Amino acid sequence: MATYSTNEFRSGLKVLLEGDPCTILENEFVKPGKGQAFNRVRFRNLKSGRVWERTFKSGENIEAADVMELDMEYLYADGEFWHFMRTDGSFEQCAAPDSAITEARDWLKEQETYQVTLWNDHPIAVTPPNFVELEVTETDPGLKGDTAQGGTKPATLSTGAIVKVPLFINVGEVLRIDTRKGEYVSRA
Amino acid sequence: MTWRPACSHAALEARAGVLRSIRDFFYGREILEVQTPCLGARTVTEPAIEAVVVPGLGYLQTSPEYHLKRLLAAGAPSLYWLGPVFRAAEAGRLHNPEFTMLEWYRRDWSDTELMAEVAELVDVVLGPADYATRTYAEVVARGGEGGADRDRAELDLAYANGLETLGPGRVFVVDYPAEQAALARLRPEDPSVAARFELSIDGIEIANGYWELGDHGELQQRFEADLAIRRAAGQPLPEIDQRFMAAMQSGLPDSAGVAVGVDRLLMLKLGASSLTEVMPFPLSLA
Repeated sequence: MATYSTNEFRSGLKVLLEGDPCTILENEFVKPGKGQAFNRVRFRNLKSGRVWERTFKSGENIEAADVMELDMEYLYADGEFWHFMRTDGSFEQCAAPDSAITEARDWLKEQETYQVTLWNDHPIAVTPPNFVELEVTETDPGLKGDTAQGGTKPATLSTGAIVKVPLFINVGEVLRIDTRKGEYVSRA
Repeated sequence: MTWRPACSHAALEARAGVLRSIRDFFYGREILEVQTPCLGARTVTEPAIEAVVVPGLGYLQTSPEYHLKRLLAAGAPSLYWLGPVFRAAEAGRLHNPEFTMLEWYRRDWSDTELMAEVAELVDVVLGPADYATRTYAEVVARGGEGGADRDRAELDLAYANGLETLGPGRVFVVDYPAEQAALARLRPEDPSVAARFELSIDGIEIANGYWELGDHGELQQRFEADLAIRRAAGQPLPEIDQRFMAAMQSGLPDSAGVAVGVDRLLMLKLGASSLTEVMPFPLSLA
């Protein structure tokens, strides 16, 4: 079993903590001048997304996690799983469960490329690109000429997500959305 | 290939200014600047300090302490040293394996007199401010649960955490337990406490000082205790520095000494959050 010593810790390293795959967010070396050395480490649990903080004695080892982050194209959902395909020409596919999709669900568009996190070859998380372009399927009729500042209204997108859009937007328009904030950016 | 320095030109200028103001400070007090070797045949036995080995030659010095004390034992007046020291496996936001240390010794002074001078020097570099005093016990009580029966690792972590909880400001920490005396004498009126102090600024350790222990036999015991801890932990076992021991046997004049981390002081002066902001070439770029 591969392990990492504290002196190999760096952000982005994938490790197993209490049985869960985690990525190191921050690693701080702490040492009183006349005292022992420690590493104070912040992790993101890749399954739950939660941030954990742990302190290790310098020199301790923790187990490496077999985690890969791959670019994959979203294909379709079958009601139970969400299917993705590798973009490296291998056409290899994988099926992600609901638990891996979570917040990405609102931004899943066929043929768009997502980052899929695989742990022991099973998808555990899906990260959308920072921006996606989605069509408006439902919103109140646009107000002609109202392109200046002003109010917003809710619009439902092709994925089912609801975002606030300017009053001039109409059904059928394609919008650029910032997936990190779930916010309208512009017309595509 | 990254070749540019990590720090700004402004940081280089600030460093030059700090080095100059330190030298002016001691020049004005007629304290002698001395140079002693960065490369020495022997190193310290302290379990928490690992020296960089230079094959065939010895060790890069982790502090000038032993050489300076040999000068004092040979009759040198109060003196100071300013230069690079080296510690293996210490790298992080507040650590670099090579760093700049200021160390000075005052003959016929006690730790309390030296603390006052440390404050004067820091006032010169950072500008004047108030100094609070806390005991070691208070710091470890803030840093975590458990009492004095915690093992050394737990205490060290509680100490590091405790310093951070002190928040902004300058705090002298005093009354270290005898087990953490390092090379400080024990208080004659209470031998459970060492005549050792540290200065912490904004939660960062800046200085460590002692009313120096000169007793040759007690030093020998402490070094052997260090080596026993090292042996149990499977750490390297450096030989005790016999030239230093001979000097102590000959007699260390009554004195107090302190070491100051100059890079950290500079960091605080510039409001930087990491040593890399004040060092042109930290090890990752050196």
